[in-house]
Amino acid sequence: MKLTINGVTREVKGSPDMPLLWVLRDLVGLTGTKFGCGMALCGACTVHVDGAPRRSCVMPVAAAVGKSITTIEGLSHDGRHPVQRAWAELDVVQCGYCQSGQIMAAAALLAVKPDPSDADIDAALTGNLCRCGTYQRIRAAVHRAAVLAKEGIP
Amino acid sequence: MNARTRPSRREFLTTSARVSGGLVVGFVLPGIGRFAGVQGLQAGGRFAPNAFVRVGSDDSVTILLAHSEMGQGIWTSLPMLVAEELDADWSKIKVAHAKAAPVYAHTTVGLQMTGGSTTTLSEFDRYRQAGATARTLLVQAAAQRFGVKPADCRTENGVVIAGTHRARYGELAAAAAKLPPLEAVTLKDLKDWKLIGKPMKRLDTPEKITGRAQFGIDVRFPGLLTAVVARPPVFGATVKSFDAGAARAVPGVRTVVQVPTGVAVVADHFWTAKLGRDALRIDWDLGPNASLDSTALREQFRQLAATPGAVAAEAGDASDALGKAAKIIEAEYAVPYLAHAPMEPENCTVRLGQGKCEIWAGTQFQGMDQQIAARITGLKPEQVDIHTTFLGGGFGRRANFTSDFVAEAVEVAKAANAPVKTVWTREDDVRGGYYRSAFLHRARIGLGADGQPLAWQHTVVGQSILIGTVFEKAAVKNGIDSTSVEGLADSPYLKEIPNHRVELHSPKTGIPVLWWRSVGNSHTAFVVETLIDELAQAADKDPVEYRRALLKNSPRHLGVLNLAVEKAGWDRRPPEGRARGVAVHAAFGSFAAQVAEASVENGRIRVHRVVCAIDCGTVVNPATIAAQIESGVAFGLSAALYSALHFKDGRVQESNYHDYRVLRLNEMPVVEVHIVPSTEKPGGVGEVAVPHIAPAVANAVARLTGQRLRELPLRLPA
Repeated sequence: MKLTINGVTREVKGSPDMPLLWVLRDLVGLTGTKFGCGMALCGACTVHVDGAPRRSCVMPVAAAVGKSITTIEGLSHDGRHPVQRAWAELDVVQCGYCQSGQIMAAAALLAVKPDPSDADIDAALTGNLCRCGTYQRIRAAVHRAAVLAKEGIP
Repeated sequence: MNARTRPSRREFLTTSARVSGGLVVGFVLPGIGRFAGVQGLQAGGRFAPNAFVRVGSDDSVTILLAHSEMGQGIWTSLPMLVAEELDADWSKIKVAHAKAAPVYAHTTVGLQMTGGSTTTLSEFDRYRQAGATARTLLVQAAAQRFGVKPADCRTENGVVIAGTHRARYGELAAAAAKLPPLEAVTLKDLKDWKLIGKPMKRLDTPEKITGRAQFGIDVRFPGLLTAVVARPPVFGATVKSFDAGAARAVPGVRTVVQVPTGVAVVADHFWTAKLGRDALRIDWDLGPNASLDSTALREQFRQLAATPGAVAAEAGDASDALGKAAKIIEAEYAVPYLAHAPMEPENCTVRLGQGKCEIWAGTQFQGMDQQIAARITGLKPEQVDIHTTFLGGGFGRRANFTSDFVAEAVEVAKAANAPVKTVWTREDDVRGGYYRSAFLHRARIGLGADGQPLAWQHTVVGQSILIGTVFEKAAVKNGIDSTSVEGLADSPYLKEIPNHRVELHSPKTGIPVLWWRSVGNSHTAFVVETLIDELAQAADKDPVEYRRALLKNSPRHLGVLNLAVEKAGWDRRPPEGRARGVAVHAAFGSFAAQVAEASVENGRIRVHRVVCAIDCGTVVNPATIAAQIESGVAFGLSAALYSALHFKDGRVQESNYHDYRVLRLNEMPVVEVHIVPSTEKPGGVGEVAVPHIAPAVANAVARLTGQRLRELPLRLPA
């Protein structure tokens, strides 16, 4: 199977039923995308497929063939995507395990809604669990990222 | 605090060089130095490798953590302690988890571990001393180089300065490493602190926002296999026989091995191992717990509560005084079994061979893990290398006196004769035990004619964490596991009540239990703080005024209570449709109060705003404290409103986040944090804000609806 991950097309050997998550983590070695539930209940495995947020733990890899897959490792080359900058500015992370998924979900939201309301953030991110309870900062950081995105990279 | 610290009987400071060309500062505990020495480099007896600080010739200052970073922020606060005394350049700080060794034992527990909200308490002196020692030696080296006295040197931002002389720490490291050890160091006076007490950004953010952070589950190396284990469907069940034919037929499955905890399918990667496990056919002997049932357990606890238990606290004669009370309030409370459900499911990587057992794990309990892995492999503890990764949440689950997930991984690697990473699924985690025990409380409280409590009789029923473990001897006294009654038996309210009696029953059920963030306080604060609120109501008093009167001899309780209600605007009306509830509680050496603003919408409780005041003594990093309060509120709110485990026919009914519900982003209240300035010794932070939220919300709900909810999660009758 040919997969395009973070702009690089590569051949991956494996079962077409294998969830994209495990292809990324175990076959390609991109471990930034996390396993949390295996049932699309927690959002830790969120990646972009053709720009849209997808739960890679329930997406058979075959469904991603021919599409553009972006993981946390490919969100920016330098960790300075507006969402990442906002996350750093507001000290969002705690244990950090869910944050790849949170950041990917937030980036996907901002791509379609550059000025998200609280309700938009609720709708886009309520499926991303965080046991450390960083939700308040996530909400603030999404708003901050919207501002940073408009300002551009300093 | 201008303390001239002298080496205690238990430990002395030592300093030594390291071949890598830098300065290493550490502590050696007499008697175990030999053990520690095997862990690293000890060439010609010149050095102790058990270091906390390394100053590199490149000016880097590496801080080695004796404790595990699981979100609580010690990756930043422990380096702050070192950097403060070292006058380090903060931009040159690097951080790493130390490889497990006795030298990293918790300074009061005596075992390397992270828990009980004690990291700052354990390390406040030790890490400052490590920084001060490094600084003193660098100054001595600089003085020799400059031809001046050490007293004529000062340090600033990673540089030693004397008159026109300047030398960077990196330039001095090699010379400093050759100096003889110090016997004592002088710590800064607190008025000279530049870092401690200042809000500092987390140092682990860059790797955690780019996917680079290494958690246990991310460990990879050539030849590493992955195992998924089929564990008993009922606690205590054992394998009678199994058929691995279909599992072995799954492409990529390498082997299937029986281990003490079940049957492990070992494969090239997780997905194949999981498919292999799904294909296993196992005949289980279900054992003695096959009929475990939540309703029956509740009834068993209720019956026990009606019988005399072990006495945990007593004053006066509560029974007699109850007979004289003008009014009696009687209540039964219940809280369920709870899973920790950290976002990263349990996992552990083990490689055996060449006289070593190498372990990579996000663990809170290295000291125990090392001993247990040694026992399983027949090696000595010093032959067990533990590499601590970041923890994707801990909450107590990863501090297990049986080292369950580490021990199992060692068994799997041993049986498979290969390096193996054992990974749990979410279902394995939720159904895997080591829960916060269910508890049932019964209380009878007698009020005098003035509305003040005269007598308080209280019985607690719930499983002991410590009875039956290696800690029993040290921690269980007269049948009382203090973790079952903490926050109640030592309640400041009870001290003001002349007749009180707290009794405890610790039934055994076959369900493995463990500390769950805030431990006993997670249920005692709910019961005590809702009862106090009810007493205030019975006495027709404002709940804050009523608490103030009872807490008149508890100034730090009063301090946080007063600050929280002031910031919450207790005296002003809440927004339409909302009510406020308050709770004040001390735990882990710290004091906190919360005011929650809640509403009821379509029969569902919604929490909008939480104002928390905390007094945790001397503050290291206020930014961390704010984050941990937000975190504690969210964690406590999950249990207050959503989470519960149930048993039927011995089986856990919940399995994943759809039926074991935890708080979601749209349910998160606004949390405001206010810190009481203090120079008292540092208290805990990580667990301190968990206990209050359930009672604060329940008290708000009582005000809104007139109903006293006595069970968690809180549910309004339909």
